[in-house]
Parts: sequence; structure tokens; C-alpha cells
Amino acid sequence: MLIKDSDDIKSNEITDEKNYWNRRNFIRAGILAGTTTATGLLYRKLNPPNLTVKKLSPEELQAKEGYFTPEGEAANDFADITNYNNFYEFTTSKDGVARRAKNFVTRPWTVEVGGLVHKPRTFDLDDILKLAPLEDRVYRFRCVEAWSMVIPWMGFPLAELLKQVEPMGDAQYVKFFTLYDPDRMPNQKTDVLDWPYIEGLRLDEAQHPLTLLAAGLYGKMLLPQNGAPLRLVVPWKYGFKSIKSIVKILLVRDQPTSTWTAAAPNEYGFYSNVNPKVSHPRWTQATERRIGEFGLRDTVMFNGYGDQVASMYAGMDLKANF
Amino acid sequence: MPDLKFAKFAVFTNAAVPFLLILWDAFHHRLGTNPQEFVLRTTGTLTLVFLLLTLAVTPLRKLLGLPWMVQFRRMLGLYAFFYGCLHLLSYTWFDKWFNLRAIAEDTLKRPFIFLGMLAFVLMVPLAVTSTNKMVKRLGGQRWNRLHKLAYLAPIAGVLHYYLLVKADTRLPLGFGVVLVVLLAYRALNKFFPAFTQRKPKRATA
Repeated sequence: MLIKDSDDIKSNEITDEKNYWNRRNFIRAGILAGTTTATGLLYRKLNPPNLTVKKLSPEELQAKEGYFTPEGEAANDFADITNYNNFYEFTTSKDGVARRAKNFVTRPWTVEVGGLVHKPRTFDLDDILKLAPLEDRVYRFRCVEAWSMVIPWMGFPLAELLKQVEPMGDAQYVKFFTLYDPDRMPNQKTDVLDWPYIEGLRLDEAQHPLTLLAAGLYGKMLLPQNGAPLRLVVPWKYGFKSIKSIVKILLVRDQPTSTWTAAAPNEYGFYSNVNPKVSHPRWTQATERRIGEFGLRDTVMFNGYGDQVASMYAGMDLKANF
Repeated sequence: MPDLKFAKFAVFTNAAVPFLLILWDAFHHRLGTNPQEFVLRTTGTLTLVFLLLTLAVTPLRKLLGLPWMVQFRRMLGLYAFFYGCLHLLSYTWFDKWFNLRAIAEDTLKRPFIFLGMLAFVLMVPLAVTSTNKMVKRLGGQRWNRLHKLAYLAPIAGVLHYYLLVKADTRLPLGFGVVLVVLLAYRALNKFFPAFTQRKPKRATA
């Protein structure tokens, strides 16, 4: 406990006491520095704040000037798009996907396209990329978790690929599969979802000119965290419909069950069209946070693509078919 | 007997480190791509961590025979309340823009929000009656009975977290397991005191 000054200490002893206190304070400072450093390191270990993918180079930033939606919304930073990802095959932490997926090898890569088609075929990735010219498409991307970005994709309409295999008359739906390879996608060793990841679209949705098979963004080939080497982009639906790292596409008669629908049927429906009026059971879908902005935006029906897609759902109860 | 005044200061400083690092990172724009979500999630996690640390004090001091550890309990509990306040403020500000009506609707409509609010509300009387004066005013027995709420707040908090996550329930389950162990200790202590009580070291010396 504290030692109190008292009058009967001789003057020559005072120095000793000073030394005593100095030593004591030195030890205390050491303990404080040591423990707070340890606590800080522990916090840092649990919450790595640094970006894995750095910002674009000046030349790339110049190219960025051209990336706006037709409505004039600027594309999000490359660093935002490549460091904040939902890709449960690598990790469930959005900030961690870039790091965990860094060494994911996407060559060689083939995509099997089959099912109810006249000309089933397994494509080599390079052959797919030659099917149609890759074009830049700046789309809004609305995650079911109520955040959004603007992303300059590079790809071509999925319809171009479907044309190649000639769907049969009784094909009603398209079913997509992500790669299943737990050695390369380590979080597939856990059972947080049923692997492989499966998604589905109605054939008319799949053939819609907005529906994109994307191979790149910002004019560069996709990084693993964004679904390399080939992914779907359906801009009027919640992001999880836009399946990543596709290895198989089947045309089928019956409505496929999506992975998220299987995981929580009352939360994630087959259609999953962006709809501010149908809230997720655990949060509202009426508003969203555009990454890079502080406040909230109102979410727009069909993510603002209603003039192009609403007719596909004419007469449907979109509350029941969420 | 360690230097308690210093030990308390060291615990106080360490518990403030996560808060200071959040401020530091916010100042340097290093909170990641979705800073609002990061702050909301991190303050929530810290609230649970400090609630569980508070509950861990009594088992630890008894098992280790270090009675002076009780001196840290109030501070750890107040830190849980502090991080809980930051968590509620983040939600009210970033997710709801101080729209009290939307918050009320959210609370009544969504079980996980309700449980979070409940956990917070349960902590308020504990924080208010945490001073020595209030212990005296209430009387030890009544104060003890009131502070049994310290068991309910983390139960509501862990459930709140469990119901929130989309698919990966490992972290909330982890908190749940620690909570169950800490509560089981209380049950064991009550019904089989011989298992859990060890005399303080000084008493045997």
C-alpha cells in the first residue's frame, strides 16, 4: 500500500525513497505498457482493419472517371469493391474474404452447360470469353443485408451463352453451381451452408439483356473475392442471387432451390427481387447504406431497373413470391 | 495483497483500449469499407465480452482464492454498460437516424432487436445502483437481489446475437457456451457449495 511521508524520516533517507518510488513507477509503467499493448494486439488480431487490396494506381483512377450509371451515380472505389465481400466459401467475415481468397487459382477452368438443351457442352473459360465482346456495365448492387455499391462490371449477357446450347422447349429454369473444392475454398470444410452454392433464375430472367455473365470489373479480370473467373450479375435482385465462381449451368423444368432458400426459406425466397416493401424478417429493406456514404438511402423497387424488368412479374404477388 | 489502486487503474486502462482504437481508426479512416457496420458490430461484441468478464470475476476469485478480485467487478460491469451505450447509439444513429418511431416498431416487430433492447434496459438499474452510496441506500440484501439481473442481461444479449447472424452461428454459440459455464458455476455453488468454495489463501496461511 501507499507509504506516507512522515516527519521522522531523515533527510538522507529521502533519496532512497525516491529511488524506491522511481523503481516502483518504472515497474508500473512497464506493466501498463505491456498489458495495454497486449490488449491492443488482441483487438487488432480479432479486427484486422487494413485493406488487403490497395487503392487503384493513378492511371487506373483516370479510367475510373468514366464509370457512372446511366443515372449518374459514380462507381464505388475499387478498394471498397474488392475488400468487402460476401463469399462464404472462404469466410463469413466480409472484411476477410480478400485475404483468404488471395491465392485461389482460377486456371484452368471449365464450365459445363447442360440439362434440357440440344447442344450440351463443356466450355473452356477462354472459349466462353470469346463468345461475345466484353462490355463495361455500371450496375447498382444491392445486398440483402441492406448495403449497396455501384460496380463497373465487365462481361456479356448470359443470353449469349444460352444461345450456344439451344435450350429445349420444356426448359423453364436455369440452375447455377459454384465450384465445390474444399481444398481451394477452405470454408467449404464447415457446414455454415449446404455446398456447393446453388442459385436459380427463371429462363426469361436468365435471358434478360440486363443479366450479365461477368468476367471482370473496372476493366480488369475479376479478383477471387469478387467471384473469379466467371460470375452472374442480376442487378434487380439481391446480391446473393448473383452466384460466383460458376462451374456448372443446367437448364431444368422445375424451380431450383437456392442455397439461401434452403438455409432459411422464410427469409430468402426464390425471386429475391429488390423490394423496399417486403422486409427481411430481421431488418427493413426500405432503406440501404450506399458504401462510401454516411447516411441512408431509400431502396428503390427492382433496384431502379423496374422499367426494364417489371413486365416479367406482371400480375404476380411479389409479397408472396418474395 | 497486490497494489489494488494500481491494479484497478491497469484494468481501467486496458478496458478502454478497444474504445481508443476504434476512435483512432475512425480518425484515420481505417474502419474498413462499411465503418458504420463495423462500429455497430464491434461495440456489440465488446458489450458481450465485458458482461461475461463481469460474470467471470466471482468464479475466478473463488477458484483461485483471490478475494481482492471482486474489486474489478463493478468496473467491468460499468464498461459493459459503456460499450452497450455505444452500441445502442450506433444503432440509433447509423441505422435509424434517431427515428424513434422506426426504433419502436423495430423493437416490437423483431425479436432480436427486442432482446437487445431488453439486455440494455436490464443494465440501466445495475449501472445506476453501482455506487457505494446506492449499495448503502438499498441495503446489501436488496442490492444483491437487484443485481441478480446481471445474469439476465447477458442471456438476452447472447440470444440477441444468435438471432442476428445469417448462417454462421459459431461466434454467438461460443459466447453462449461461456455464459452457460459461468451460470452453471452459480447453480453448482448454490446446490453443492463444497465443490466450488475454496478458502482464501490468507485464511490457510
